[in-house]
Amino acid sequence: MSEAVRTAVPRLIITQDNRFWFDAAREGRLAIQRCTDCGTLRHPPAPACASCRSFSWDSVDSTRRCTLHSYTVLHHPKDDAFDYPLAVGLVDLEEGTRLVADISGVELDELETGMELEVGFAEHAHGEILPRLTLPGGDAA
Amino acid sequence: MSGGGFSGAAAIAGIGATEFSKDSGRSEWRLACESVLAALEDAQIGVEEVDGFALFTMETNPEIAVARALGIPELKFFSRIPHGGGGACAPVQQAALAVAGGVADVVVVYRAFNERSGHRFGAGPPPFAYSANTDQEYRNWINPYGLLTPAQQEAFLARRYMDKYGATSEDFGRVSVLSREHAARNPKAWFYERPITLADHQNSRMIADPLRLLDCCQESDGGQALVIVSTERARDLPHPPAVITGAAQGVGPQQISMSSYYRPDIDEMPEVELVARQLWSQAGVGPDGIDAAVLYDAFTPMVLLQLEEYGFCGRGEAKDFIAAGGVALDGRLPINTHGGQLGEGYIHGVNGIAEGVRLIRGTSVNQPAKELGNVLVTGGSPVPHSAIVLTADR
Repeated sequence: MSEAVRTAVPRLIITQDNRFWFDAAREGRLAIQRCTDCGTLRHPPAPACASCRSFSWDSVDSTRRCTLHSYTVLHHPKDDAFDYPLAVGLVDLEEGTRLVADISGVELDELETGMELEVGFAEHAHGEILPRLTLPGGDAA
Repeated sequence: MSGGGFSGAAAIAGIGATEFSKDSGRSEWRLACESVLAALEDAQIGVEEVDGFALFTMETNPEIAVARALGIPELKFFSRIPHGGGGACAPVQQAALAVAGGVADVVVVYRAFNERSGHRFGAGPPPFAYSANTDQEYRNWINPYGLLTPAQQEAFLARRYMDKYGATSEDFGRVSVLSREHAARNPKAWFYERPITLADHQNSRMIADPLRLLDCCQESDGGQALVIVSTERARDLPHPPAVITGAAQGVGPQQISMSSYYRPDIDEMPEVELVARQLWSQAGVGPDGIDAAVLYDAFTPMVLLQLEEYGFCGRGEAKDFIAAGGVALDGRLPINTHGGQLGEGYIHGVNGIAEGVRLIRGTSVNQPAKELGNVLVTGGSPVPHSAIVLTADR
């Protein structure tokens, strides 16, 4: 996808709280923020742990194995950054946190909550490398 | 009246609106001014007496612009509430608090926009979405994957709810059919004399599966204003007061705008339950004491979920409550008698507050036959929420 694509997708808002996650995605790793005081995992990233209020954190890499918690198939409106109909999923990662990403390589009538998926990575709007969901062992690109 | 505090101290004494259209042909500023004048005329209160405004942060016509245009000399109270339609009822709370606290005497709430001929919420992120700040950071986690509009962002909840309770697209469609039936009898409604059938709903095109076109509210141009004064003063004005006996806001655990996807149960809305709990305490009634409701219907599934969160039926039971006629005009809880935002127009929920006032006055075009003592009006979900209870002064 070239930078010339006209898209309504806003540019990523990168901060000191979330930069690690986008850096990891560019390397093909799915990072999950972890409180280094109480060990609680959290996503989306935030400056403090909602369980113990600690500002200390690091991250762990996810196995990228997940199950589909909910999904939608988008038809309208259409944005130039995507092909439609566009399936988008909310998944439960094996580690216990959730994640939103678009779904590739699954027939639309085969989508069902609870199905096993895997997080891969692919180029998205503005050339960003971000998660994309596939069948286990699938090709996100 | 129980609950103490401001409950019962203030009332909505005037309502006024422009026409609801798809192309007003006028500036948003003018729509705001027209609706404010109409509401003051309805209340029979002089324009120069206005000394407060309470608005949405999304309102693009600031109070000072309207005050200047209308020659309102002094404003002592002006506040703004975030979260769009979720906050729709909160400016009324602000107004009631200001009046009850003696900070202002005549507070006007308005919402005015060209939301169809100008920027359409259903077309993509609003202009402010492109500001790089914490307020918009949540978009990092949804927009890059295609979830750009409210319908797209709400679909996960609808799907989960269907899977969990066996609700179907037809169950959502019944809300749409009822709203259009009401709108068909409302000359002010965009869909006046244009009812639909359940088959029309089922045949309408898919927008964000499972949401079809006829699950989505309209996009509208128009303005709606409300005038809030003390209940004591309202008693001397032409219309029966719609007394504000409950008015509450709510944010729940791990709340994210339109995308609280990381809670254990994404189809539950603790912020709505929190608002309900406050309202019942303030107004001294529970769901059993509510005689009619205007439930925020940006998308049909939220009507089902709100019926459950407010305790009008149990979880997963809204589809049966609706199918059995529970929300029809002659049912236990008539809802959205103006036609809702699906049928009348989308003025970000504020036109629904006006309908709540008409229900208390007994002047809705679809006035239920029974006497209405308490009417619930709600804001949008799944965002930070707000709602009010309006009570007849009997």
